Amino acid sequence: MRLTCPLCGPRDRREFHYLGAEEYLRRPAAEAASAAWDDYLHNRDNPAGETRDLWYHEAGCGQWLLVTRDTVSHDIRKVELVATLKGGAK
Amino acid sequence: MRYSGLKVITEGLFGNRGWGQVWRNPAPKAEYDAVIIGGGGHGLSTAYYLAKNHGLTNIAVLEKGYLGGGNVGRNTTIVRANYFLPGNSEFYSHSLKLWEGLEADLNYNVMHSQRGLINLFHSDGQRDAFARRGNAMINQGDDAELLDRDGVRALLPYLDFDQTRFPIYGGLLHRRGGTARHDAVAWGYARGADQRGVDLIQNCEVTGIDIEGGVVRGVQTTRGAIRAKKVGMVVAGRSSQVAAMAGLRLPVESHVLQAFVTEGLKPVIDHVISFGMGHFYISQSDKGGLVFGGDLDFYASYAARGNLPMMEHVMEAGMTLMPMIGRARVLRSWGGIMDMTPDGSPIIDRTPIEGLYLDCGWNYGGFKAVPASGWCMAHLMATGQPHEVARRFRLDRFATGHLLDEEGTGSQHNLH
Repeated sequence: MRLTCPLCGPRDRREFHYLGAEEYLRRPAAEAASAAWDDYLHNRDNPAGETRDLWYHEAGCGQWLLVTRDTVSHDIRKVELVATLKGGAK
Repeated sequence: MRYSGLKVITEGLFGNRGWGQVWRNPAPKAEYDAVIIGGGGHGLSTAYYLAKNHGLTNIAVLEKGYLGGGNVGRNTTIVRANYFLPGNSEFYSHSLKLWEGLEADLNYNVMHSQRGLINLFHSDGQRDAFARRGNAMINQGDDAELLDRDGVRALLPYLDFDQTRFPIYGGLLHRRGGTARHDAVAWGYARGADQRGVDLIQNCEVTGIDIEGGVVRGVQTTRGAIRAKKVGMVVAGRSSQVAAMAGLRLPVESHVLQAFVTEGLKPVIDHVISFGMGHFYISQSDKGGLVFGGDLDFYASYAARGNLPMMEHVMEAGMTLMPMIGRARVLRSWGGIMDMTPDGSPIIDRTPIEGLYLDCGWNYGGFKAVPASGWCMAHLMATGQPHEVARRFRLDRFATGHLLDEEGTGSQHNLH
């Protein structure tokens, strides 16, 4: 499997570290109720089909990437830089 | 029909004409006392123990494909009770005891082979961790022996002891650990459940769960609606999809785990062995194939096939540990879909919906748990109360912080 990094181009899957679902971008406020934190950390839609998840280009540019892909076919649909997403994330 | 050695001989003499069908193929009834979604190892054992231990026989197992066609037919068949944490330890200990009586109980040869399991360690720190784990196993009433390097060499002379990169310091030997014939476990439970009157309904996919006022009323299936007072979801690999039909969002992320088997060889590996410095474990099947596997591919997937980097890693780790297998040819590989939970431990619990029960989150340790999972799920569904040895497998433990993180790797689904 390859991911096409917006900065580095097509790269082998081994260059990337997988973190998990897109939820990790929606961190609750520190004072949010514990249910919100439970949802953020643990509960997942876990779709069989299109999903969006976070990958870190560890052996490349060091950028966090938001990857739109299919969990059944392993098709990669879109790779975006998290840093340039609307709303900006860390 | 009762199976016996005498029966095998008589049937052999008369052309094997008298075996008959092993289980019925009933059409679904309009209503059952309880319905179990999922005809895999855990679902079938749940049905078996509901009938056997709790006298509930007006029940059905609904399977979207064929019985035992999921992860119970697609794993590396290891049976062990070498857990450390209270909560896991008593559960897997109970499961191993059920394994030890399973063939007599089911009157079915599941080829349970207690050939011994050896977890190798490669540093002083790892030795300490395994000594501690072994003590926990002994305290639980199970067996564990700490072997030094010479002890391992006496049992496994073919390992590469002289390499400098990952020298073998010793191993934790669990003599009652071993393997079993995975398909036979599903078939044995299916036959036992069927004999007690359970309807095993194949090619019957659940498409909806009927809920009225917070109480479960039944399920919609590709073979019509079925009413039920109680419904158990036992569908590891597809738990998120089935739970979503009831409006639940689970602490589960699905990952693919690969395994491999070589061509059949003469007996060469007598135990189950795991490498402590890479993702690799191995045993030899009764057919002679070396069965080995590694770790997850580490990204969410339902593909039932993996990617090459993990395959390469597993092969490298195997060659590092036992170079003798380098000439064996890999016959096939496959990927199973694992319900990964944030702490690596399973869930057997009620749900917020009355009458709807959940058995899921087996990560990649579901096979050895088949007997105890069914035992405890049946207890939960029949009595409404969690079984003593599964009381910590709660759905809300992530919210309350009562995690069972056996490996101590943190609250992320793919780290276990």
